[in-house]
Amino acid sequence: MIQLENVSKRYPGGQEALSGLDLVVDKGEMVFITGHSGAGKSTLLRLIALIERPTGGQVIVDNQNTRRVKRRRIPAYRRQIGMVFQDHKLLYDRPVADNVALPLIIAGVRHRDAIRRVRAALDQVGLLHKEKQNPQTLSAGEQQRVGIARAIVTRPKLLIADEPTGNLDPDLSLEVMRIFRRFNEVGVTLLIASHDISLIDRLGCRRVALEEGRLQPEEQDLWL
Amino acid sequence: MAVTRNADAVAPVRASGPLKIWAARHVSTSIGALGRLFRQPFSSLMIVLVIAVTLALPASINLLIQNARSLSGSWDDAFDFSVFLRQELSVKDAEALQKLLAQRADVDAVDLVTADAALAEFKRQSGFGGALEQLTDNPLPNTLTVRPGAGNTVASISLLQEEIGNLPEVDFVQIDTDWVQRFHAILDIARQAILIGAALLGLAIVVIIGNTIRLDIENRRDEIEVTKLLGASNAFVRRPFLWGGFWYGLFGGLMALALVFVGLHLLEAPVARLAGLYQTGLRMTLLSLTEAAAIVGIGVFLGLFGSWVTTARHMRRIEPR
Repeated sequence: MIQLENVSKRYPGGQEALSGLDLVVDKGEMVFITGHSGAGKSTLLRLIALIERPTGGQVIVDNQNTRRVKRRRIPAYRRQIGMVFQDHKLLYDRPVADNVALPLIIAGVRHRDAIRRVRAALDQVGLLHKEKQNPQTLSAGEQQRVGIARAIVTRPKLLIADEPTGNLDPDLSLEVMRIFRRFNEVGVTLLIASHDISLIDRLGCRRVALEEGRLQPEEQDLWL
Repeated sequence: MAVTRNADAVAPVRASGPLKIWAARHVSTSIGALGRLFRQPFSSLMIVLVIAVTLALPASINLLIQNARSLSGSWDDAFDFSVFLRQELSVKDAEALQKLLAQRADVDAVDLVTADAALAEFKRQSGFGGALEQLTDNPLPNTLTVRPGAGNTVASISLLQEEIGNLPEVDFVQIDTDWVQRFHAILDIARQAILIGAALLGLAIVVIIGNTIRLDIENRRDEIEVTKLLGASNAFVRRPFLWGGFWYGLFGGLMALALVFVGLHLLEAPVARLAGLYQTGLRMTLLSLTEAAAIVGIGVFLGLFGSWVTTARHMRRIEPR
């Protein structure tokens, strides 16, 4: 599903966020990227979401070389990927249901279908009863679940999440991870950046460690 | 909280036909933009009012010029001139001259007002009837009123006047319509000035709307970033702002119409009084349907144009970080 070949990313200041990274994530896998902050986890996800472009190497997502995705094709490319953010990135001027419906509106799904899908997505994260509330009235854990519902409402084959449990306490974190796990069980490929190693251990998924923009092979071996 | 495996959740996202999507999106976006306008009624009203005044100003001045023109245009006989014949000339001679002049190609018609007829009318209209009875003979000459043909220019008319004035039977030619020509020339200048002024005011509207939309874009920066992250195209993000500009322009145009009509209504009574004084059926020209539509149309166009220019500049800059 995801293929990174000798990927490097150097920021204009000369700072190298990723260097010579090789990584393959197969279809249906659920992979965690770990590492200290600044290790390049976010950069990796940003390259996959085409928020940024690599300075070297290739990023291939679902058989599309992102190098060949032209600027004006980026929106269509992004619509294939579900994205979950640490700060949720919800819009607080509209209710939960409208937030979840946003990707469907962007994709031009018919109103009637959109309502059904939004309800199905909210049901999957256990928040159907809060669809009419403003996200501001929800707890941090609930807001993150709304963010997840929004990411999966279009049924993407790939879901990427950047520190989805960064602001949550351990119980809520585990709950969010369990939701991810269930999506993985129905065939969604997941790539999740997280520094919460103890939590990842409990899930027993593949783990990729980054340090200073490079893969840590020893740790990877340990967990294979 | 089991993963529901119903058809809704598993079926891939299927979009309806592109044209239908396009239309449905525009309908919902336009309503959304309208709702946004009404959620900040005061600031929206201010902007609409500014646009309305800016549109109403040139429109009403133009209307004023039109009225002045039609007022002076109703003096169709503006280029007629009077030819006073020598006192000693008989009515018979005057009739001969009338026929002669009427045969000219550059003359449309010649009327003869005999000295007797002129005196009789003067008695009737001046109210000096009694005093005039005392006159032993008629001091008024026979007069010809010449109406130049339609093909004449201002220059050819003055040439005609000179020629007739040089005839031996003619005492003098009176031209009292020069000011009409000057008046028309002034109106032409005013019209040009209005056109230039209107262009400048139109530019002002574009700037006003552009600035409003720019602030709107800044206020909704987060929303734009999030929608772009979720795969929204520039066109999608731009649409609500274009509709915002459209609504500003439309309401501004309609409000401008209202202002013009209020102004016309306020002028109605004084104009009627003036018409009464001149004993004419003077009536004000109102806005025609085309002109009314043009005011609203220009408002809409400038609104769209202003927001289009602004969004084109700012949308690309706002990218998710």
